[in-house]
Amino acid sequence: MTELKHQTPLIDELEKGPWPSFVKEIKKSAKSAAVQDLLGVLERSYEEKRGHWKHGGIVGVHGYGGGVIGRYTDLADEFPGVAEFHTMRINQPSGWFYTSKALRTLSDIWEKHGSGLTNMHGSTGDIVFLGTTTPELEPTFKDLTDAGFDLGGSGSDMRTPSCCCGPARCEWACYDTLNFVYDMTQTYQDELHRPAFPYKFKIKAAGCANDCVAAIARADMSVIGTWRDNIQIDQPAVKEYAESGKLDLQKDVCDRCPTKCMSWNGKALSIDNSNCVKCMHCINAMPKALSPGKDRGATILIGAKAPIIGGALLSSVFVPFIKVEPPYDDFKELIAAIWDLWAENGKNRERVGEFIQRIGLGNFLEQIGLEPIPEMISHPRANPYIFYEA
Amino acid sequence: MEDLSVEKVAETMYGMVKDYHGKKNLKATDLTKAMIEQFGEACDKQKCKEAIRVIIDDGRCTYSYVGGSYIVLNPDYHPAS
Repeated sequence: MTELKHQTPLIDELEKGPWPSFVKEIKKSAKSAAVQDLLGVLERSYEEKRGHWKHGGIVGVHGYGGGVIGRYTDLADEFPGVAEFHTMRINQPSGWFYTSKALRTLSDIWEKHGSGLTNMHGSTGDIVFLGTTTPELEPTFKDLTDAGFDLGGSGSDMRTPSCCCGPARCEWACYDTLNFVYDMTQTYQDELHRPAFPYKFKIKAAGCANDCVAAIARADMSVIGTWRDNIQIDQPAVKEYAESGKLDLQKDVCDRCPTKCMSWNGKALSIDNSNCVKCMHCINAMPKALSPGKDRGATILIGAKAPIIGGALLSSVFVPFIKVEPPYDDFKELIAAIWDLWAENGKNRERVGEFIQRIGLGNFLEQIGLEPIPEMISHPRANPYIFYEA
Repeated sequence: MEDLSVEKVAETMYGMVKDYHGKKNLKATDLTKAMIEQFGEACDKQKCKEAIRVIIDDGRCTYSYVGGSYIVLNPDYHPAS
Protein backbone atom coordinates (compact mmCIF):
# COMPACT_ATOMS: atom_id res chain seq x y z
CA MET A 1 0.00 0.00 0.00
CA THR A 2 1.16 3.54 -0.78
CA GLU A 3 2.63 5.42 2.19
CA LEU A 4 0.15 7.93 3.54
CA LYS A 5 0.97 11.64 3.62
CA HIS A 6 -1.25 12.40 6.63
CA GLN A 7 -1.61 10.59 9.95
CA THR A 8 -5.22 9.45 10.32
CA PRO A 9 -5.70 7.81 13.75
CA LEU A 10 -9.39 8.67 14.05
CA ILE A 11 -10.60 7.46 10.68
CA ASP A 12 -8.35 4.40 11.03
CA GLU A 13 -10.85 3.27 13.65
CA LEU A 14 -13.37 2.89 10.84
CA GLU A 15 -11.24 0.16 9.31
CA LYS A 16 -11.80 -2.13 12.29
CA GLY A 17 -14.50 -4.76 12.40
CA PRO A 18 -15.74 -7.34 9.89
CA TRP A 19 -17.77 -4.96 7.75
CA PRO A 20 -16.68 -3.10 4.61
CA SER A 21 -14.83 0.13 5.28
CA PHE A 22 -14.83 3.14 2.99
CA VAL A 23 -11.58 4.30 4.64
CA LYS A 24 -9.90 1.02 3.70
CA GLU A 25 -11.12 1.41 0.13
CA ILE A 26 -9.96 5.03 -0.14
CA LYS A 27 -6.52 4.06 1.17
CA LYS A 28 -6.22 1.43 -1.55
CA SER A 29 -6.51 4.28 -4.07
CA ALA A 30 -4.14 6.66 -2.27
CA LYS A 31 -1.78 6.93 -5.20
CA SER A 32 -2.87 10.42 -6.18
CA ALA A 33 -2.32 13.67 -4.26
CA ALA A 34 -6.10 14.23 -4.29
CA VAL A 35 -6.85 10.99 -2.47
CA GLN A 36 -4.00 11.59 0.02
CA ASP A 37 -5.40 15.01 0.84
CA LEU A 38 -8.95 13.67 0.93
CA LEU A 39 -7.90 11.43 3.81
CA GLY A 40 -6.28 14.43 5.47
CA VAL A 41 -9.42 16.56 5.23
CA LEU A 42 -11.56 13.69 6.47
CA GLU A 43 -9.33 13.18 9.51
CA ARG A 44 -9.52 16.91 10.23
CA SER A 45 -13.31 16.81 10.09
CA TYR A 46 -13.36 13.99 12.63
CA GLU A 47 -10.99 15.95 14.88
CA GLU A 48 -13.01 19.15 14.72
CA LYS A 49 -16.46 17.57 14.31
CA ARG A 50 -17.28 19.83 11.37
CA GLY A 51 -17.21 19.49 7.63
CA HIS A 52 -14.71 21.30 5.45
CA TRP A 53 -16.55 21.11 2.15
CA LYS A 54 -18.62 23.62 0.24
CA HIS A 55 -20.46 22.94 -2.97
CA GLY A 56 -22.10 24.65 -5.91
CA GLY A 57 -21.08 27.68 -7.98
CA ILE A 58 -20.47 27.92 -11.70
CA VAL A 59 -18.96 24.63 -12.71
CA GLY A 60 -20.01 22.20 -15.40
CA VAL A 61 -19.59 21.26 -19.02
CA HIS A 62 -20.63 23.47 -21.90
CA GLY A 63 -24.37 23.55 -22.51
CA TYR A 64 -25.29 21.45 -19.49
CA GLY A 65 -26.64 22.72 -16.19
CA GLY A 66 -26.55 19.36 -14.46
CA GLY A 67 -24.24 16.41 -13.99
CA VAL A 68 -21.39 18.19 -12.25
CA ILE A 69 -21.44 19.18 -8.59
CA GLY A 70 -18.72 21.66 -7.77
CA ARG A 71 -16.95 20.79 -4.52
CA TYR A 72 -14.23 22.75 -2.78
CA THR A 73 -12.51 22.54 0.57
CA ASP A 74 -12.02 25.57 2.79
CA LEU A 75 -8.61 24.16 3.74
CA ALA A 76 -7.13 24.47 0.26
CA ASP A 77 -3.79 25.79 1.52
CA GLU A 78 -3.24 22.81 3.75
CA PHE A 79 -4.76 20.23 1.40
CA PRO A 80 -4.13 21.52 -2.14
CA GLY A 81 -4.91 18.15 -3.69
CA VAL A 82 -8.59 18.67 -2.92
CA ALA A 83 -8.82 22.44 -3.44
CA GLU A 84 -11.22 21.44 -6.23
CA PHE A 85 -12.77 18.03 -5.84
CA HIS A 86 -15.81 18.05 -8.11
CA THR A 87 -18.29 15.21 -8.38
CA MET A 88 -19.58 14.01 -11.74
CA ARG A 89 -22.81 12.08 -12.11
CA ILE A 90 -22.93 9.72 -15.05
CA ASN A 91 -26.26 8.42 -16.35
CA GLN A 92 -26.35 4.74 -15.44
CA PRO A 93 -27.79 2.10 -17.76
CA SER A 94 -31.34 1.00 -16.89
CA GLY A 95 -31.20 -1.58 -14.10
CA TRP A 96 -27.42 -1.12 -13.72
CA PHE A 97 -26.41 -3.75 -16.22
CA TYR A 98 -22.83 -3.45 -17.49
CA THR A 99 -20.36 -5.48 -19.44
CA SER A 100 -16.97 -5.83 -17.75
CA LYS A 101 -15.55 -3.91 -20.73
CA ALA A 102 -17.82 -0.95 -19.95
CA LEU A 103 -16.74 -0.97 -16.30
CA ARG A 104 -13.07 -1.03 -17.32
CA THR A 105 -13.67 1.84 -19.73
CA LEU A 106 -15.30 3.92 -16.98
CA SER A 107 -12.46 3.14 -14.56
CA ASP A 108 -9.81 4.04 -17.13
CA ILE A 109 -11.49 7.37 -17.91
CA TRP A 110 -11.70 8.26 -14.26
CA GLU A 111 -8.15 7.25 -13.39
CA LYS A 112 -6.96 9.40 -16.30
CA HIS A 113 -8.99 12.51 -15.41
CA GLY A 114 -9.92 12.24 -11.74
CA SER A 115 -9.15 10.68 -8.39
CA GLY A 116 -10.15 7.20 -9.49
CA LEU A 117 -12.67 7.03 -6.63
CA THR A 118 -16.20 6.09 -7.60
CA ASN A 119 -19.47 5.48 -5.88
CA MET A 120 -21.32 2.65 -7.61
CA HIS A 121 -23.97 3.87 -7.31
CA GLY A 122 -25.13 7.10 -5.73
CA SER A 123 -28.55 7.28 -4.11
CA THR A 124 -29.73 8.99 -7.29
CA GLY A 125 -28.83 5.82 -9.16
CA ASP A 126 -26.06 7.45 -11.17
CA ILE A 127 -22.50 6.25 -11.52
CA VAL A 128 -20.71 8.77 -9.31
CA PHE A 129 -17.19 9.92 -10.09
CA LEU A 130 -15.69 11.52 -6.99
CA GLY A 131 -13.11 14.24 -7.27
CA THR A 132 -11.64 16.11 -10.18
CA THR A 133 -10.57 19.64 -11.05
CA THR A 134 -12.36 22.19 -13.25
CA PRO A 135 -9.94 21.86 -16.22
CA GLU A 136 -10.53 18.10 -16.31
CA LEU A 137 -14.33 18.33 -16.64
CA GLU A 138 -14.56 18.84 -20.40
CA PRO A 139 -11.93 16.18 -21.24
CA THR A 140 -13.72 13.70 -18.96
CA PHE A 141 -17.04 14.52 -20.60
CA LYS A 142 -15.55 14.04 -24.06
CA ASP A 143 -14.10 10.65 -23.16
CA LEU A 144 -17.38 9.61 -21.59
CA THR A 145 -19.46 10.59 -24.61
CA ASP A 146 -16.95 8.90 -26.93
CA ALA A 147 -17.55 5.74 -24.89
CA GLY A 148 -21.34 6.13 -25.18
CA PHE A 149 -22.04 7.57 -21.74
CA ASP A 150 -23.68 10.87 -20.83
CA LEU A 151 -23.95 12.96 -17.69
CA GLY A 152 -26.90 12.55 -15.35
CA GLY A 153 -28.97 15.15 -13.58
CA SER A 154 -28.23 17.52 -10.70
CA GLY A 155 -29.64 20.80 -9.44
CA SER A 156 -33.17 21.89 -10.29
CA ASP A 157 -33.71 19.49 -13.14
CA MET A 158 -35.24 16.11 -13.80
CA ARG A 159 -32.82 13.78 -12.06
CA THR A 160 -31.56 10.70 -13.82
CA PRO A 161 -34.53 8.30 -13.87
CA SER A 162 -33.75 4.95 -12.28
CA CYS A 163 -35.40 1.57 -12.00
CA CYS A 164 -35.07 -1.90 -10.55
CA CYS A 165 -33.71 -4.78 -12.64
CA GLY A 166 -37.30 -5.44 -13.76
CA PRO A 167 -38.18 -8.31 -16.08
CA ALA A 168 -34.50 -8.79 -16.93
CA ARG A 169 -34.01 -10.74 -13.72
CA CYS A 170 -37.25 -10.68 -11.78
CA GLU A 171 -40.37 -12.71 -12.51
CA TRP A 172 -42.47 -10.38 -10.35
CA ALA A 173 -41.94 -7.31 -12.50
CA CYS A 174 -45.39 -6.12 -13.51
CA TYR A 175 -44.06 -4.00 -16.37
CA ASP A 176 -40.85 -3.41 -18.27
CA THR A 177 -39.15 -0.97 -15.93
CA LEU A 178 -35.98 -0.96 -18.03
CA ASN A 179 -37.69 0.13 -21.21
CA PHE A 180 -39.84 2.64 -19.37
CA VAL A 181 -36.82 4.35 -17.79
CA TYR A 182 -34.86 4.29 -21.04
CA ASP A 183 -37.80 5.94 -22.81
CA MET A 184 -38.21 8.60 -20.11
CA THR A 185 -34.47 9.34 -20.18
CA GLN A 186 -34.45 9.79 -23.96
CA THR A 187 -37.70 11.76 -24.05
CA TYR A 188 -36.65 14.25 -21.40
CA GLN A 189 -33.04 14.93 -22.36
CA ASP A 190 -33.64 18.66 -22.22
CA GLU A 191 -35.20 18.52 -18.76
CA LEU A 192 -32.35 16.29 -17.58
CA HIS A 193 -29.51 18.51 -18.74
CA ARG A 194 -31.00 22.00 -18.58
CA PRO A 195 -32.46 22.85 -15.17
CA ALA A 196 -35.80 24.58 -15.58
CA PHE A 197 -37.77 23.59 -12.50
CA PRO A 198 -38.26 25.10 -9.03
CA TYR A 199 -36.26 22.16 -7.66
CA LYS A 200 -35.32 18.56 -8.44
CA PHE A 201 -37.80 16.07 -9.89
CA LYS A 202 -37.12 12.34 -9.57
CA ILE A 203 -38.82 9.54 -11.48
CA LYS A 204 -38.22 6.05 -10.14
CA ALA A 205 -39.68 2.86 -11.52
CA ALA A 206 -40.18 -0.29 -9.46
CA GLY A 207 -41.56 -3.44 -11.05
CA CYS A 208 -43.62 -4.47 -8.01
CA ALA A 209 -44.57 -3.33 -4.52
CA ASN A 210 -41.30 -4.66 -3.09
CA ASP A 211 -40.02 -1.39 -4.52
CA CYS A 212 -36.34 -2.30 -4.77
CA VAL A 213 -35.47 1.27 -5.81
CA ALA A 214 -37.25 2.74 -2.75
CA ALA A 215 -39.29 4.96 -5.05
CA ILE A 216 -42.08 5.53 -2.54
CA ALA A 217 -39.70 7.17 -0.07
CA ARG A 218 -37.84 9.56 -2.33
CA ALA A 219 -39.17 9.88 -5.87
CA ASP A 220 -41.34 12.81 -6.82
CA MET A 221 -43.04 10.41 -9.19
CA SER A 222 -43.01 6.73 -8.27
CA VAL A 223 -44.20 4.18 -10.79
CA ILE A 224 -44.74 0.96 -8.88
CA GLY A 225 -45.82 -2.25 -10.57
CA THR A 226 -49.07 -3.89 -9.51
CA TRP A 227 -51.92 -6.00 -10.90
CA ARG A 228 -55.71 -5.78 -10.81
CA ASP A 229 -56.89 -9.36 -11.19
CA ASN A 230 -56.28 -12.27 -8.83
CA ILE A 231 -53.01 -13.50 -7.33
CA GLN A 232 -52.01 -16.67 -9.18
CA ILE A 233 -52.00 -19.67 -6.85
CA ASP A 234 -50.34 -23.04 -7.40
CA GLN A 235 -52.15 -25.09 -4.71
CA PRO A 236 -49.83 -28.16 -4.86
CA ALA A 237 -46.86 -25.83 -4.33
CA VAL A 238 -48.68 -24.19 -1.38
CA LYS A 239 -49.11 -27.65 0.11
CA GLU A 240 -45.41 -28.36 -0.37
CA TYR A 241 -44.58 -25.24 1.63
CA ALA A 242 -46.94 -26.36 4.38
CA GLU A 243 -45.51 -29.87 4.49
CA SER A 244 -41.89 -28.72 4.39
CA GLY A 245 -42.24 -27.41 7.95
CA LYS A 246 -40.13 -24.36 7.07
CA LEU A 247 -43.13 -22.08 6.83
CA ASP A 248 -46.12 -21.80 9.13
CA LEU A 249 -48.79 -20.77 6.63
CA GLN A 250 -51.18 -19.48 9.25
CA LYS A 251 -48.64 -17.55 11.31
CA ASP A 252 -46.16 -16.45 8.66
CA VAL A 253 -48.50 -15.78 5.78
CA CYS A 254 -52.20 -15.42 6.70
CA ASP A 255 -51.71 -13.62 10.03
CA ARG A 256 -49.25 -11.22 8.48
CA CYS A 257 -51.50 -10.25 5.61
CA PRO A 258 -52.27 -6.56 6.26
CA THR A 259 -55.94 -6.91 5.27
CA LYS A 260 -56.34 -10.50 6.54
CA CYS A 261 -57.68 -11.46 3.14
CA MET A 262 -56.13 -14.95 3.16
CA SER A 263 -57.11 -18.17 4.85
CA TRP A 264 -55.57 -21.63 5.07
CA ASN A 265 -57.69 -24.64 5.98
CA GLY A 266 -54.83 -27.13 6.03
CA LYS A 267 -55.53 -28.20 2.47
CA ALA A 268 -55.91 -25.10 0.33
CA LEU A 269 -55.11 -21.43 0.49
CA SER A 270 -57.90 -19.05 -0.43
CA ILE A 271 -57.60 -15.34 -1.08
CA ASP A 272 -60.28 -12.69 -1.05
CA ASN A 273 -58.70 -10.72 -3.88
CA SER A 274 -61.15 -7.83 -3.55
CA ASN A 275 -59.50 -7.02 -0.22
CA CYS A 276 -55.92 -7.65 -1.31
CA VAL A 277 -53.76 -4.51 -1.27
CA LYS A 278 -51.02 -6.10 -3.40
CA CYS A 279 -48.38 -5.69 -0.71
CA MET A 280 -46.36 -8.68 -1.99
CA HIS A 281 -45.89 -10.21 1.49
CA CYS A 282 -47.46 -13.59 0.72
CA ILE A 283 -45.71 -13.77 -2.65
CA ASN A 284 -42.37 -13.04 -0.99
CA ALA A 285 -43.05 -15.75 1.59
CA MET A 286 -44.07 -18.39 -0.97
CA PRO A 287 -42.44 -17.44 -4.27
CA LYS A 288 -42.89 -20.90 -5.77
CA ALA A 289 -46.60 -21.01 -4.98
CA LEU A 290 -47.86 -17.48 -5.53
CA SER A 291 -47.25 -14.85 -8.15
CA PRO A 292 -48.78 -11.53 -9.22
CA GLY A 293 -51.90 -11.65 -11.38
CA LYS A 294 -51.86 -11.56 -15.15
CA ASP A 295 -53.50 -8.16 -15.69
CA ARG A 296 -50.44 -6.13 -14.81
CA GLY A 297 -49.61 -2.45 -14.83
CA ALA A 298 -48.53 0.14 -12.29
CA THR A 299 -49.67 2.58 -9.65
CA ILE A 300 -48.41 6.13 -9.99
CA LEU A 301 -47.64 7.86 -6.73
CA ILE A 302 -46.54 11.39 -6.30
CA GLY A 303 -44.73 13.65 -3.89
CA ALA A 304 -42.11 11.75 -1.89
CA LYS A 305 -38.92 13.32 -0.68
CA ALA A 306 -36.20 12.47 1.81
CA PRO A 307 -35.97 14.97 4.67
CA ILE A 308 -34.41 18.31 3.83
CA ILE A 309 -36.56 21.18 5.05
CA GLY A 310 -40.00 19.98 6.07
CA GLY A 311 -39.19 16.37 7.01
CA ALA A 312 -39.70 13.09 5.17
CA LEU A 313 -42.69 12.60 2.91
CA LEU A 314 -43.91 9.34 1.45
CA SER A 315 -45.68 9.58 -1.86
CA SER A 316 -49.47 9.36 -2.24
CA VAL A 317 -51.48 7.36 -4.74
CA PHE A 318 -52.21 9.47 -7.76
CA VAL A 319 -53.25 6.98 -10.43
CA PRO A 320 -54.29 3.67 -8.84
CA PHE A 321 -53.79 1.58 -11.96
CA ILE A 322 -52.41 2.25 -15.39
CA LYS A 323 -51.17 -0.01 -18.14
CA VAL A 324 -47.49 0.69 -18.74
CA GLU A 325 -46.91 0.23 -22.42
CA PRO A 326 -44.86 2.10 -25.02
CA PRO A 327 -45.05 4.84 -26.15
CA TYR A 328 -46.20 5.81 -22.63
CA ASP A 329 -48.33 8.68 -23.91
CA ASP A 330 -50.53 8.76 -20.80
CA PHE A 331 -47.47 9.19 -18.58
CA LYS A 332 -46.06 11.90 -20.76
CA GLU A 333 -49.33 13.85 -20.72
CA LEU A 334 -49.51 13.57 -16.95
CA ILE A 335 -45.88 14.59 -16.48
CA ALA A 336 -46.33 17.58 -18.79
CA ALA A 337 -49.38 18.75 -16.81
CA ILE A 338 -47.56 18.37 -13.48
CA TRP A 339 -44.45 20.17 -14.68
CA ASP A 340 -46.47 23.01 -16.21
CA LEU A 341 -48.33 23.71 -12.99
CA TRP A 342 -45.38 23.23 -10.64
CA ALA A 343 -42.90 25.22 -12.76
CA GLU A 344 -45.38 28.08 -13.00
CA ASN A 345 -46.38 28.20 -9.33
CA GLY A 346 -43.73 26.37 -7.30
CA LYS A 347 -41.44 28.33 -5.00
CA ASN A 348 -37.69 28.07 -5.24
CA ARG A 349 -36.46 24.76 -3.72
CA GLU A 350 -40.02 23.52 -3.32
CA ARG A 351 -40.37 19.87 -4.29
CA VAL A 352 -43.59 18.86 -6.01
CA GLY A 353 -44.73 17.07 -2.81
CA GLU A 354 -44.26 20.23 -0.78
CA PHE A 355 -46.06 22.23 -3.47
CA ILE A 356 -49.00 19.81 -3.25
CA GLN A 357 -49.02 20.12 0.55
CA ARG A 358 -49.15 23.88 0.21
CA ILE A 359 -52.00 24.07 -2.31
CA GLY A 360 -53.80 20.85 -1.33
CA LEU A 361 -54.04 17.64 -3.32
CA GLY A 362 -57.62 18.33 -4.34
CA ASN A 363 -56.67 21.64 -5.89
CA PHE A 364 -53.64 20.07 -7.51
CA LEU A 365 -55.79 17.38 -9.13
CA GLU A 366 -58.25 19.96 -10.35
CA GLN A 367 -55.48 22.08 -11.86
CA ILE A 368 -53.91 19.24 -13.79
CA GLY A 369 -57.28 17.94 -14.92
CA LEU A 370 -57.33 14.55 -13.20
CA GLU A 371 -60.70 13.25 -11.97
CA PRO A 372 -60.64 12.29 -8.28
CA ILE A 373 -61.51 8.67 -7.47
CA PRO A 374 -61.86 6.90 -4.08
CA GLU A 375 -58.65 4.89 -4.57
CA MET A 376 -56.61 8.08 -4.30
CA ILE A 377 -55.22 7.65 -0.82
CA SER A 378 -52.26 8.89 1.18
CA HIS A 379 -51.46 5.47 2.61
CA PRO A 380 -53.03 2.00 2.67
CA ARG A 381 -56.34 1.53 4.48
CA ALA A 382 -56.87 5.27 4.86
CA ASN A 383 -59.77 7.35 3.65
CA PRO A 384 -59.36 9.09 0.29
CA TYR A 385 -57.74 12.49 0.49
CA ILE A 386 -60.61 13.94 -1.52
CA PHE A 387 -63.77 14.86 0.38
CA TYR A 388 -66.96 14.07 -1.48
CA GLU A 389 -69.97 16.23 -0.95
CA ALA A 390 -73.49 14.86 -1.23
CA MET B 1 -47.89 41.24 -35.52
CA GLU B 2 -44.75 39.90 -37.18
CA ASP B 3 -43.41 36.54 -36.06
CA LEU B 4 -41.32 36.71 -32.93
CA SER B 5 -38.00 34.98 -33.53
CA VAL B 6 -36.20 32.80 -31.00
CA GLU B 7 -33.15 35.04 -31.45
CA LYS B 8 -35.17 38.10 -30.43
CA VAL B 9 -36.38 36.32 -27.29
CA ALA B 10 -32.82 35.16 -26.57
CA GLU B 11 -31.52 38.70 -26.92
CA THR B 12 -34.20 40.03 -24.56
CA MET B 13 -33.48 37.28 -22.05
CA TYR B 14 -29.77 38.04 -22.18
CA GLY B 15 -30.51 41.72 -21.53
CA MET B 16 -32.59 40.74 -18.52
CA VAL B 17 -29.84 38.51 -17.10
CA LYS B 18 -27.39 41.42 -17.55
CA ASP B 19 -29.76 43.86 -15.85
CA TYR B 20 -30.23 41.60 -12.86
CA HIS B 21 -26.56 40.60 -12.58
CA GLY B 22 -25.39 41.06 -8.98
CA LYS B 23 -28.92 41.92 -7.82
CA LYS B 24 -30.99 38.79 -8.22
CA ASN B 25 -30.39 35.31 -9.56
CA LEU B 26 -32.89 34.31 -12.23
CA LYS B 27 -34.23 30.84 -12.87
CA ALA B 28 -35.34 29.54 -16.25
CA THR B 29 -38.95 29.97 -15.12
CA ASP B 30 -38.36 33.63 -14.17
CA LEU B 31 -37.08 34.34 -17.68
CA THR B 32 -39.91 32.40 -19.28
CA LYS B 33 -42.61 34.22 -17.30
CA ALA B 34 -41.03 37.59 -18.07
CA MET B 35 -40.84 36.89 -21.81
CA ILE B 36 -44.45 35.71 -22.01
CA GLU B 37 -45.52 38.79 -20.12
CA GLN B 38 -43.50 41.06 -22.40
CA PHE B 39 -44.31 39.50 -25.77
CA GLY B 40 -47.78 38.15 -25.03
CA GLU B 41 -49.28 35.54 -27.33
CA ALA B 42 -46.36 35.76 -29.75
CA CYS B 43 -44.21 34.01 -27.17
CA ASP B 44 -44.69 30.61 -25.56
CA LYS B 45 -42.83 28.19 -23.29
CA GLN B 46 -41.31 26.27 -26.18
CA LYS B 47 -39.90 29.44 -27.72
CA CYS B 48 -38.45 30.42 -24.35
CA LYS B 49 -36.88 26.97 -23.97
CA GLU B 50 -35.20 27.38 -27.35
CA ALA B 51 -34.08 30.90 -26.47
CA ILE B 52 -32.46 29.68 -23.25
CA ARG B 53 -30.66 27.05 -25.29
CA VAL B 54 -29.32 29.83 -27.55
CA ILE B 55 -27.88 31.98 -24.76
CA ILE B 56 -26.35 28.96 -23.02
CA ASP B 57 -24.95 27.30 -26.13
CA ASP B 58 -23.36 30.46 -27.51
CA GLY B 59 -21.61 30.93 -24.17
CA ARG B 60 -23.14 34.26 -23.12
CA CYS B 61 -24.81 32.68 -20.11
CA THR B 62 -24.22 29.60 -18.04
CA TYR B 63 -25.91 27.66 -15.28
CA SER B 64 -24.89 28.14 -11.67
CA TYR B 65 -25.94 26.33 -8.54
CA VAL B 66 -26.55 28.40 -5.42
CA GLY B 67 -29.08 26.37 -3.47
CA GLY B 68 -30.95 25.95 -6.76
CA SER B 69 -30.10 26.21 -10.44
CA TYR B 70 -29.96 29.67 -12.00
CA ILE B 71 -29.02 31.21 -15.32
CA VAL B 72 -26.22 33.74 -14.91
CA LEU B 73 -23.72 35.65 -17.03
CA ASN B 74 -20.83 33.45 -18.07
CA PRO B 75 -17.67 34.94 -16.54
CA ASP B 76 -15.59 33.17 -19.19
CA TYR B 77 -17.50 34.68 -22.13
CA HIS B 78 -15.27 36.88 -24.27
CA PRO B 79 -16.87 37.75 -27.63
CA ALA B 80 -14.44 37.68 -30.55
CA SER B 81 -15.18 41.31 -31.41
